[in-house]
Amino acid sequence: MTNLDIEKIRRDFPILNQEINGRSLAYLDNAATTQKPKLVLEAVNEYNHRFNGNPHRGAHYLGVEATRLYEGARTKIKEFINAGSTQEIIFTKNATEALNLIAYAYGMTFLEPGDEIVICISEHHSNLVCWQQVAGVKGAVLKYLYLNDDYTLDFEEIETKITTKTKLVSIAQMSNVLGTIYPVEEIAAYAHSMGAVVVVDAAQSAAHMALDVQALDADFLVFSGHKMLGPMGIGVLYGKKELLGKMPPFLYGGDMIEYVEEQSVSFAELPYKFEAGTQNVEGAVGLAAAVDYLSQIGFDKIQAHERELTKYALERLAQLPYVQVYGPRDLSIRGPVISFTVDGCHPHDTATILDHYGVAVRAGHHCAQPLMNYLEVPATSRASFYLYNTKAEIDNLVEGIKQVRRWLGHGS
Amino acid sequence: MDLNAIYTELILEHSRHSCNKGHLDCANCVERGYNPSCGDDITLEFYLSNGIIESAAFTGTGCAISQASTSIMIDLVKGKSVEEAVKLADTFLGMIKSEIHDEEKLEVLEDAVAFKNIANMPARVKCAVLAWRTLMEAVKKAQISEIGMVENG
Repeated sequence: MTNLDIEKIRRDFPILNQEINGRSLAYLDNAATTQKPKLVLEAVNEYNHRFNGNPHRGAHYLGVEATRLYEGARTKIKEFINAGSTQEIIFTKNATEALNLIAYAYGMTFLEPGDEIVICISEHHSNLVCWQQVAGVKGAVLKYLYLNDDYTLDFEEIETKITTKTKLVSIAQMSNVLGTIYPVEEIAAYAHSMGAVVVVDAAQSAAHMALDVQALDADFLVFSGHKMLGPMGIGVLYGKKELLGKMPPFLYGGDMIEYVEEQSVSFAELPYKFEAGTQNVEGAVGLAAAVDYLSQIGFDKIQAHERELTKYALERLAQLPYVQVYGPRDLSIRGPVISFTVDGCHPHDTATILDHYGVAVRAGHHCAQPLMNYLEVPATSRASFYLYNTKAEIDNLVEGIKQVRRWLGHGS
Repeated sequence: MDLNAIYTELILEHSRHSCNKGHLDCANCVERGYNPSCGDDITLEFYLSNGIIESAAFTGTGCAISQASTSIMIDLVKGKSVEEAVKLADTFLGMIKSEIHDEEKLEVLEDAVAFKNIANMPARVKCAVLAWRTLMEAVKKAQISEIGMVENG
């Protein structure tokens, strides 16, 4: 089916090789967080065993080594997303913090009463609540792009909502609930023609597709390490140099300053202006190793494998008349994230019972309550796949769903 | 984790066909309870008179555990005094937190003892206790405003 040697890949992820409740684990919650390959675990371990020091400070060996590794990680990320300069790569805690940084340092500074912010109804709360706050404080208007019946975005909707009043458009490249991949390149081009700044939330997409911020022409782009095989607590903000340059700092403190006097300060150059305090160096080192791992395999092969899995899962789920799937059918515009409900079974019960059979899925509103309201469902279950998942695990999911029905008294 | 100990006939029956679901005509104490992380969303309605829970009902959506727990709680507190209901809530929460193990002490909970095993499922504790937390909140507000607490209240 694909050129990926799955057995070899699975050996790189020791956590996958275990039993839950006497059954082999089927980890299908990759949209929440992914597992880490040995390469990442060992890179973090080696950093802590041999190189830990506070970067950019002191002249001793460990401080210098920590600086080398931290800045090396930055260079690796710059190449990974094809940014123009390492000055445009800011390390953050995660995508959420990066979005907040943009909301505070850009939104709160440059938006004015009556300006419009446009986001999609499927945004994760992290790319929604911060814009509500900016709109509330600045007197701006928050507008939503709504979806077609097939969970895609119509260009007409984009042209209606994004106008010359729009000052900022922020959109997830891939929905964490529906799996829909939105045409961010086209949206960015249109938004730019209206004079708006474009933020791309790549928290879901960064794990599954090659990113090129210059081709997308994104003004800002954010993602989290832990959703792409890296550690938790490290994320990335990309921003165009001219925008980052005119924004005030987000956090104040050490390492982001140039000169500090009793009553005045001048700030450090980019990217350090936005990295106050001691950073998560081991996280950056782990993220760099994750990028290495993904690059060695290649996104073309990863995508082919994921599509095969998604196609198989959609086909198998379609055979169960009591399962409803929320997301596009067209594999070319969707990622490996499948939200579903089981008739007569609440998603939390579904997740608990699937867990009993070793199948890990997420249940709930997936940090997208406005989308749940829009879809008119209180919650869904979500299975999400990655490069190490197998068709056998999807079989376990399908068998598990039949058991869910049985446990909750619906036969199967 | 033993699913048999959780998804019992009793719990399934209450979650699917609760006779306590619906509105009261005469509610004088209404409280909404919500689990923001998972979306269980219930509204309790009580008719209180002279400090007695004369009738109770609920509406809302949620998982089998939250719905059944609410329904069983209503069976239990209906006709009891507010003080007794609060004591039952304390006992229920004590059971779920594994602080009360004495079977005799738990007897007062009647059918609600069915949720004892939730103590072993940390992810579902909030579903089981939602109704009881909401009851406590409702009682607190009713006592402050003296709704249904005093004669002719």
